[in-house]
Amino acid sequence: MSIVSHFSYAVTIFLMIAGLFIVIARGNLIKKLVGLGIFQTSVYLLYIAPGKLIGGTAPIMSDSFTVYSNPLPHVLILTAIVVGVATLALGLALVVRIREAYGSIEEDEILDADLSDGAADRQ
Amino acid sequence: MSIAAHLPALQVVVPLLAAPLSVLLRDRRAAFAVVLVAAWTAFAIAIALWLQVSASGTISYHIGSWTPPWGIEYRVDRLTSFVLCLVSGVAAVVLPYSWASIERELPRDQHYLFFTMFSLCLAGLLGITITGDAFNIFVFLEISSLSTYVLIALGRDRRALVAAYQYLIMGTIGATFIVIGIGLLYLQTGTLNLVDMGQRLQSISGHRGVLAALAFLTVGLSLKLALFPLHQWLPNAYAYAPSAVSAFLAATATKVAVYALLRFYFSVFGATAVFRQLPMAELMLVLALAGMFVASTVACFQSDLKRLFAYSSVAQIGYIVLGLSFDSVTGLTATIVHLANHAVTKGGIFLLLGAVAASMGGVTLARTQGMGRVMPLSSFGIVLCGLSLIGVPGTAGFISKWYLILAALEQGQWWLVFMIVLSSLLAVVYVWRFVESAYFKAPRADLADVRDAPATLLAPAMLLVAATLYFGLDTSLTVGAAAEAAAELLGATR
Repeated sequence: MSIVSHFSYAVTIFLMIAGLFIVIARGNLIKKLVGLGIFQTSVYLLYIAPGKLIGGTAPIMSDSFTVYSNPLPHVLILTAIVVGVATLALGLALVVRIREAYGSIEEDEILDADLSDGAADRQ
Repeated sequence: MSIAAHLPALQVVVPLLAAPLSVLLRDRRAAFAVVLVAAWTAFAIAIALWLQVSASGTISYHIGSWTPPWGIEYRVDRLTSFVLCLVSGVAAVVLPYSWASIERELPRDQHYLFFTMFSLCLAGLLGITITGDAFNIFVFLEISSLSTYVLIALGRDRRALVAAYQYLIMGTIGATFIVIGIGLLYLQTGTLNLVDMGQRLQSISGHRGVLAALAFLTVGLSLKLALFPLHQWLPNAYAYAPSAVSAFLAATATKVAVYALLRFYFSVFGATAVFRQLPMAELMLVLALAGMFVASTVACFQSDLKRLFAYSSVAQIGYIVLGLSFDSVTGLTATIVHLANHAVTKGGIFLLLGAVAASMGGVTLARTQGMGRVMPLSSFGIVLCGLSLIGVPGTAGFISKWYLILAALEQGQWWLVFMIVLSSLLAVVYVWRFVESAYFKAPRADLADVRDAPATLLAPAMLLVAATLYFGLDTSLTVGAAAEAAAELLGATR
């Protein structure tokens, strides 16, 4: 138990908080998606890092190996990466459509346009 | 091996396969036929599973014959089969409606994509419900969420795009919180099977990692089920999505998230760890009450009927979570019954609002005034469902509130009974706003000669309205199943 053994957790948590902060603090729709990407990526690290044992190998049935790393997190995270890619692609596609419809990708300008749409609805 | 043994897998696989098939067909009629058959088959399978579970107890299905906890397990118990029937049943009703509804709302060349997304969303929701594997829940959650974002973005209004984007951001944060929670649980227990996880957690409960996992899962799932104050994505998403999508989401998506929360709370963490070490019951109670009052109050000030009833959904989620916070069989019965009752009620309302939008061109209060005269069937249906939202005896909503009040009385919390009744009065206010505008005002001059929507739109909606009344009179189906599911859920942990 030392700082070195917890290094990966420190990186994970830093990325997690940084990503979430960007999503909340930035008004630009693309930057929000960048933040979301960082936030999701931090989770990959959270899963994979604990699966690695120093000196461990892939789980191969052989007498010469006794220490194995856990392969399951890699499999899970492969799935999570696919999900992350799909989310990012869909998010970017939506931003393109929003840019076409509103002429802007800044959140405050879009919300202003929404407010005037709402006022038009009520009449 | 007969086909009956593989029903749990088919439950998810049939709608999942219908999705790529309808993309390949690229024809709206063929796509509709394929997805409709898939949805009705899914409903039939759900009923068959319900019968199997009632006859012989919990079904455990091993995907690819890999035995759990190593392989992925599909696990069907009473609660699962209840939610499966609910989700696939609503899909089976909404889908025929959507054929006539999207005709008016979407360009024809997008129809087959709509059916594809609908089918994927259904597969995802059924998958979350049936799977017994924690990571599988996340995967199915993302399948249903991603297709939901697309479905919402199909709305005609440009605000649908922003609503879909906001839901994508909030939904992905929620899903990531869930996957962090699952990851922490995996680090603690070394297993992803929910039942196995629950057993292993009993010996290490109280560990800080487990509590962190509980916190992450609670926040993530609360985002998905739109628990106040994490409901910000919901009103716009429901208001600007195509009508059929609003109805399907309002009836199923948040309900499945509630199911996942119940699953994690009661099957994995066990009532002891969750409700005794952290003040989860108190937290849920406060948030539920806040949701009931704040969202109902906001609903009273909306000028758009879809938004009004979307806020009402947030308030109704409050009742559902309130039942769960009692941590008693009666409270959970109320939660599970209200899952179904609110699903048919709100599904009916949103289907009718879609019919109104088709005839009148919009659902703002200003536009729909006097609709009681020109669209008598639709407005009467909305009023009946509105009575169910209030909780008038004879409607489904009354049954849910009755069990909530029973659960409160069981624990001697008189003030809660008072609060439940008080928040129902707020529902009277917002339903009355609709009644006043629909029946006591003259229709707008340019809309004075519209007629009720065609039967293709009204028939599925009326089916749900009839179900709202039926479940208010004959409760043996809903309450009977819910009470058994609640007892099983609590019994598994004690």
